[in-house]
Amino acid sequence: MSMLTIAMPKGRIFEEAAALMREAGYKLPADLDESRKLIIEIPEENMRFFLAKPMDVATYVEHGVADVGIAGKDVLLEEERDVYELLDLKISPCYLAVAGLPDTTLNEVAPKIATKYPTVASAYFREKGEQVEIIKLNGSIELAPLIGLSDRIVDIVSTGRTLRENGLVEYETIVSITSRLVVNPVSYRMKNREISTLVSRLTDTIEEQAVR
Amino acid sequence: MSKLLMFEKPVGMRDTLPHIYETKRKVKEAAESAMRSWGYRFIETPALEYYETVGDASAILDRQLFKLLDQQGNTLVLRPDMTAPIARVAAAKLLKERVPLRLAYSASVYRAQQREGGRAAEFEQIGVEMIGDNTISADAEVIALLVSVMEKAGLENFQLSLGHIRFTDELFQQILGTEERAEQLRRFLYEKNYVGYREHVKELPLSSIDKQRLLQFLDLSGDLGCLDEAAKLVEGSAGVEALNELRAVFGRLQEYGVDQYVTFDLPLVSHMSYYTGLVFEVYADGVGAPIGNGGRYDDLLEKFGHSVGATGFGLRVDFLLEALGQLEDEASVHCVLFSNERRREAIEEAQKRRAAGECVLLQDVSGVKDVDTFTESCKSVTFFVGKSSGGNV
Repeated sequence: MSMLTIAMPKGRIFEEAAALMREAGYKLPADLDESRKLIIEIPEENMRFFLAKPMDVATYVEHGVADVGIAGKDVLLEEERDVYELLDLKISPCYLAVAGLPDTTLNEVAPKIATKYPTVASAYFREKGEQVEIIKLNGSIELAPLIGLSDRIVDIVSTGRTLRENGLVEYETIVSITSRLVVNPVSYRMKNREISTLVSRLTDTIEEQAVR
Repeated sequence: MSKLLMFEKPVGMRDTLPHIYETKRKVKEAAESAMRSWGYRFIETPALEYYETVGDASAILDRQLFKLLDQQGNTLVLRPDMTAPIARVAAAKLLKERVPLRLAYSASVYRAQQREGGRAAEFEQIGVEMIGDNTISADAEVIALLVSVMEKAGLENFQLSLGHIRFTDELFQQILGTEERAEQLRRFLYEKNYVGYREHVKELPLSSIDKQRLLQFLDLSGDLGCLDEAAKLVEGSAGVEALNELRAVFGRLQEYGVDQYVTFDLPLVSHMSYYTGLVFEVYADGVGAPIGNGGRYDDLLEKFGHSVGATGFGLRVDFLLEALGQLEDEASVHCVLFSNERRREAIEEAQKRRAAGECVLLQDVSGVKDVDTFTESCKSVTFFVGKSSGGNV
């Protein structure tokens, strides 16, 4: 059996992803995310984990340096990487939405949309038949309409608290998001046995959790 | 854009330094001689083609084409693959001479990169096209040759996945009824989005049995056994015929003795519309993308006015090198160092060795700053320096 290299997302998704892996019987060390080490080997599972920025997980998998990764659907939509999307892990549910200050309309001349997801946002508005100008930001997207940078934002919403606290309202929901198991196309063939085992163990766990 | 610095080159363009060149040359020679020994004849075509002809007929996506204008205002493309140019030559000229045609190529192709680097925009492809033979034997020959090329190039750990586009088409057509709905599902497969495929199937207005058939289709990969599973999913002759073709090709690959590299993968869709029968991709350890791919493309030649079937494969030389991993030592050069008074002797020695087939570097010692560093990369050195007779080091 050859070793599987798995890219895990740091931050918000990590806890749930690690819990799901543990639930499926994989013995991840308890301090995986606090550990200073970037790469952690688990010889008894013949696996190797590393933590990456969530936005980068699909990139590592596409280039084949990770066989498998756990990435949000938002990342997959934005990055359009050439990877197999094999399994909906049904964790970290949230959605992408259009939000802005209440009772405002889009600027008629040059409507501006601030977002961390330029590809998704521009595809969404193009499909609606609206020409908008996308401004890429890397974080604190809520700030953009407050300070007057944009009319709307496209951002990820899980509870809606951040929006409310900043006095913003949702205008439209674009797409709902959960985390997915993604696999490199070559690993999918060359390490088929190992990956099939992982997929079936995770599938069972996800189904059990759905019943509960 | 900021001013370019003198060392910069366009995104995805790469230099081939001497030691990589040597490795590449050996791999290419091994591959080419395998192709030649199977009776394939090499051809070359121009790097530039018309966008409206070859550019349009090519399997490569429009946004990946490098486009430019000629003096008359026609749009040109840098050839994105070799299959379309070869189809053009075959239809215009060669097919009038001999059918079936067995052609081979080894050439650079160009594909613009949308995003960041990490992927070559110019790379060499080596492959074959078998034009005008619609038999299963032709399909099997091309795959067997591909395996032989990989072996001759020195690769051991690789795998070939085999699918059949007519099986997919037939199954989707039977269950979904319309081409439009079939295309939606095919796109999920093409984008490798199995989650999206499953969700889409669940929402289709179909009986639960039909939904189950579409979901089971995703699991149809592995050994010969999966073809029996596949047979349970389709009704009617066209789907069964496609499965029989797969079985027959596999049987012939057993006769060639290369079946151990082959597995079936029925959900494999390498292109939205280009292929018309068998499709395959080949993978190797240590390379993140398929090393090569191919299949039957019976509609392409028709675009060039000659309605014949064809099959073939293309391998990426850069990925092949990546899979092999090892680079050739460059230290196979013998060095003859001389000082002016013994120049004649040195030239004689060099010529003698060259005539015997050695690579010999002849260097005036006064032109070298540091002799040790200079001779370091040579396999051996002969000195013709000073007044005494020459010695080996």
